[in-house]
Amino acid sequence: MATPTLAASAQEKLTVYTYSSFASEWGPGPKIEASFEKFCNCDLEFIALDDGVTILNRLRLEGKSSEADILLGLDDSLMATAKKSNLLAKHNIDLGRVNVEDGWKDDTFVPFDYGYFAFIYNSEKLKNPPKSMKELVEERDDLKIIYQDPRTSTPGLGFMLWLKTIYGEKAPEAWEKLAAKTVTVTKGWSESYSMFLKGEADMVLSYTTSPAYHIIAEGKQQYVAASFSEGHYRQVEVAAIVKNTKHKKLATTFMSFMLSDAFQSEIATGNWMYPVTNVLLPTEFEQLTLPVKMLTCDSEQVDKYRKAWTREWLTSLTE
Amino acid sequence: MPGLLLSFGIFLFVSMAVGTLLTHSSDLDLAMIWSDSYYRHITKFSFYQAFLSTLLSVVLAIPISHALSRRTFWGKNFLLKLLATTLVLPVLVAVFGILAIYGNSGLLANVFAYFEINLPFSIFGLNGILLAHVFFNLPFACRLFLQGLNSIPEKQHQLASHLGLKHWNKFRLVEWPYIAGQIPHAAGLIFMLCFTSFATVMALGGGPKSTTIELAIYQAIKFDFDLQAGALLALWQICLCAILAIFIQKISRSALLSTNFQGTTNTFPHDTFLSKCWDMFWIVFIALLVVPPLAMVLISGINPKIWGVIADLGFWLALKNSIMIAVFAGLIAVVFAFFILLASRQWRLVGLNNRADKIEMLATIILVTPGLVISTGLFLLLREFSSFSSLSLYIVIAVNALMALPFTLKSLAVPMLQNAQKYELLCRSLGIFSLYRIYWVEWKSLKRPILQAMSLSFVLSIGDLSAIALFGSHSFSTLPLYLFQLLGSYQLDSAAVVSLVLLILSVGTFIVIESLFKEATPQTKRAKHD
Repeated sequence: MATPTLAASAQEKLTVYTYSSFASEWGPGPKIEASFEKFCNCDLEFIALDDGVTILNRLRLEGKSSEADILLGLDDSLMATAKKSNLLAKHNIDLGRVNVEDGWKDDTFVPFDYGYFAFIYNSEKLKNPPKSMKELVEERDDLKIIYQDPRTSTPGLGFMLWLKTIYGEKAPEAWEKLAAKTVTVTKGWSESYSMFLKGEADMVLSYTTSPAYHIIAEGKQQYVAASFSEGHYRQVEVAAIVKNTKHKKLATTFMSFMLSDAFQSEIATGNWMYPVTNVLLPTEFEQLTLPVKMLTCDSEQVDKYRKAWTREWLTSLTE
Repeated sequence: MPGLLLSFGIFLFVSMAVGTLLTHSSDLDLAMIWSDSYYRHITKFSFYQAFLSTLLSVVLAIPISHALSRRTFWGKNFLLKLLATTLVLPVLVAVFGILAIYGNSGLLANVFAYFEINLPFSIFGLNGILLAHVFFNLPFACRLFLQGLNSIPEKQHQLASHLGLKHWNKFRLVEWPYIAGQIPHAAGLIFMLCFTSFATVMALGGGPKSTTIELAIYQAIKFDFDLQAGALLALWQICLCAILAIFIQKISRSALLSTNFQGTTNTFPHDTFLSKCWDMFWIVFIALLVVPPLAMVLISGINPKIWGVIADLGFWLALKNSIMIAVFAGLIAVVFAFFILLASRQWRLVGLNNRADKIEMLATIILVTPGLVISTGLFLLLREFSSFSSLSLYIVIAVNALMALPFTLKSLAVPMLQNAQKYELLCRSLGIFSLYRIYWVEWKSLKRPILQAMSLSFVLSIGDLSAIALFGSHSFSTLPLYLFQLLGSYQLDSAAVVSLVLLILSVGTFIVIESLFKEATPQTKRAKHD
């Protein structure tokens, strides 16, 4: 039992903006909330927004009056843009445990998981999936796909960057070709994935790790990530402390907690992504497709061209 | 005069919003919009979808209203009442009903699936937008045309049958002029409503290809954090709306119905089987358009998720906010309309019609500056303040009140003027002034139109999504926003429950108020005889 004075004082509350699938009942949010609350004697609240880019936009719109203490669910490509907003604080925590390819040094963002974007298909329905992005874009007219809006969703943004690294100057033509096969572009990942599972498309943009959910949670083997010969775009998901937080100390505790085993071991089977520390992975993860090549894009570069590239995407879709 | 002060307040409020838009878009100019291919596309699309929606609504309304005018059938009164409700129906409730019928997992898709056929169309994109717009506006056009047809004097019908005019000729010579008189007014109003439609396009638009200016304003701010572009697009929308409003005013000036003959019977002895079928077809058509989506809202609203919704604190908070916003917006809209009309009718009594027109026009300024545009301006103005989130509620109330004002003004204008004409001299000679007059003369005789105006603005505000769209957050939501989030995250059963609640709140209020007056009318008549 705590001392009477402690028990009487109101619990400190930590508000975390995140994306909807993270906070949902089937996501890692509830378990992480429970274990952090036990550990900190505080109240952790996840506010679920559509998707990763929305989190950043929400903070920028709310500016200094935002209620958020932490943003959880931006990704590595958005880091430069997010820092420029001047609304985020440095984290000052030890990143020694982080183990991602290329290392991690950022002073504002702490990574909490990573994954590779991929199109998921049902192998019982689709017998000959495309073997490359080029095949999907240029040759296959029999496929219907769903992906996410790069203006609101980090997978959508990642897909835009993925296509851009492959097609470069020719991206507008690729988008136009893709438009004919697109059922819809959704605001967030959750929406598109549930549409795909309802059978409204042949393929959906998600992660190479998504089939693990069907294998482990549902015992279904038919959902597979299509392996593309050009390589797959990598996403590192990150969190940061909001500069104007009134709970700086608690926020820092949460950031350290993100790299603890208690948090990281929820990632593989909760967020269905790769953890960033060396916690043990379920054996089923060995079945998953690993990309032949890892593609990335510098976040300074993304900050500089995101608007132009998004506009390129928008314009190609309306023609 | 309080009326002058209030309309000055409105002017200030709107200028503040527009001024903020101007300062935010300072180094850009409107010409840039036309040189940008994406903005050009959405501008064209806004006009294109509004044009098609108007065309479909107006053209289809001709045979339907014609059939309704000359046929009596079982359930006709009910159908006519139903047609009257679509205009006050919250947009998202209708969208939910439409999705439940025509959506990818809707009723029609299930029927098709039974025969192993895929749905041949997608409800998202232009199809869905047009369907929803026609759902709202075709019944409205039908009612206007029907009013026109019902005002044909009985003698003309008799004369037509004496002269042996048959179907096509009678339609062309007798009935058509009465419909045609309504067309400019109806088409103008429908075009404007569709051009500035927000919630429909937001819920049914299928991505960038089917985006309107109204939606692009919202997206620029929420999706791109491009405040400059949002402000610029908002100004662009104001310009286009102003041009449209002037144009519509020009063409529809002669739309006033001269006489309102009630209960004329349309006699036509030359009925044929073919024309029976023709009329039947159109009556079934309109019934099939309007009834199934509303029925689906009623049917699917009662499902096990009711308990989940009731247990959700978010639902109750949204309900509380919605009711609060609708009540206060309704009150403000009526009070403002009342005082503004008090001022304008005084001018009308002394022949200053021009001045009266101007002050009334100022109060309907919102017609050229859509709710979303005003709230965008205020949003940009206030977001710098730290008390921003506590102000949101008041802003949303104010914008909703402003949006309801043209309707309350319109429904109070004639009764208030008549009141003045009747009692002005009496009041002067008896020395009844100010509050005494407001209570004893105006309130006593205007209770009915005032409450009707209030219920109309209540219903309009409770279903609105455009004022809340930018201000809403996890801690501040309304029922339409709550419903939109449920629809967006595919929680269709919960969405069904919330749709039903909204339907009951809006249409229920309307029906209750209407029926209260039905009982009240004979009583007042009796009182007069005493």
